[in-house]
Amino acid sequence: MNRLTNSLDFQAQALTLRAERQRLIASNIANADTPGYVARDMDFASALREATGTQAAGSTMTGATATARGHIPIGTGSTSELGLKYAAPSQTNLDSNTVDMDRERASFVDNSVKYEATLRFINTDVRTMLDAMKSPSQG
Amino acid sequence: MSMMKIFDISGSAVSSQSQRLNVVASNLANVDTVAGPDGKAYKAREVTFQTVLMNTPDGAPGAGVRVAQVTENQAPGRKVHDPANPSADADGYVTYSNVNAVDEMVNMISASRSYQNNIEVMNTAKTLLMKTLQMGQG
Repeated sequence: MNRLTNSLDFQAQALTLRAERQRLIASNIANADTPGYVARDMDFASALREATGTQAAGSTMTGATATARGHIPIGTGSTSELGLKYAAPSQTNLDSNTVDMDRERASFVDNSVKYEATLRFINTDVRTMLDAMKSPSQG
Repeated sequence: MSMMKIFDISGSAVSSQSQRLNVVASNLANVDTVAGPDGKAYKAREVTFQTVLMNTPDGAPGAGVRVAQVTENQAPGRKVHDPANPSADADGYVTYSNVNAVDEMVNMISASRSYQNNIEVMNTAKTLLMKTLQMGQG
């Protein structure tokens, strides 16, 4: 069963990260006029590698455990540890806002298309599995 | 469903921008007024935005926006020499509001563009969510 759902698990992780990134870009667009706001974005490739890598090689990773109440939990592949980066301003601005609307809109559309692509991969995976479960007589 | 937060984030931006548009409207309406409600010349108002954190329960970041304050522009009003006007002072000058119509028009365009942007963000998020709901069906 693991081989069947492997691809599905991976796509599910990718979809979650795409949703996270979509929300991040929405935050940037919402704050396009806020003085002092610094735009953020995620390095999607490394975030996905981290999210899926820790899951596959869970036994080989040495996870840190909190031994006292005051310890700050170290997330392993959790959504709070996405490695967010700050966007460098492409044009300096008097109110030190670094949201570049052209870039944000482009990222937003790019992310929407890739979100849909991931959804289609999932749908295709599901259909492939359902087809495999059917008996030959069912056509 | 972290995509659901997009509606909170963009919704806060839309309501802030509409408040900004409201302020622009009252400034433009008062561009030629001599006296405000306090008897003095109308002062142009301006909104200041502030980021408000809208983190998901699992701590993933999200940033909405709200109107932190509405400030009055303290620049002196436009003075016009018109002794016949009943609002003229002892020297015959009438003080009009300090609204700069060009500034306000620019502000209006900027606010309406930001408004449209955020509406589009919400529409896209809605489309994606609807497709997510149909996952595995087609």
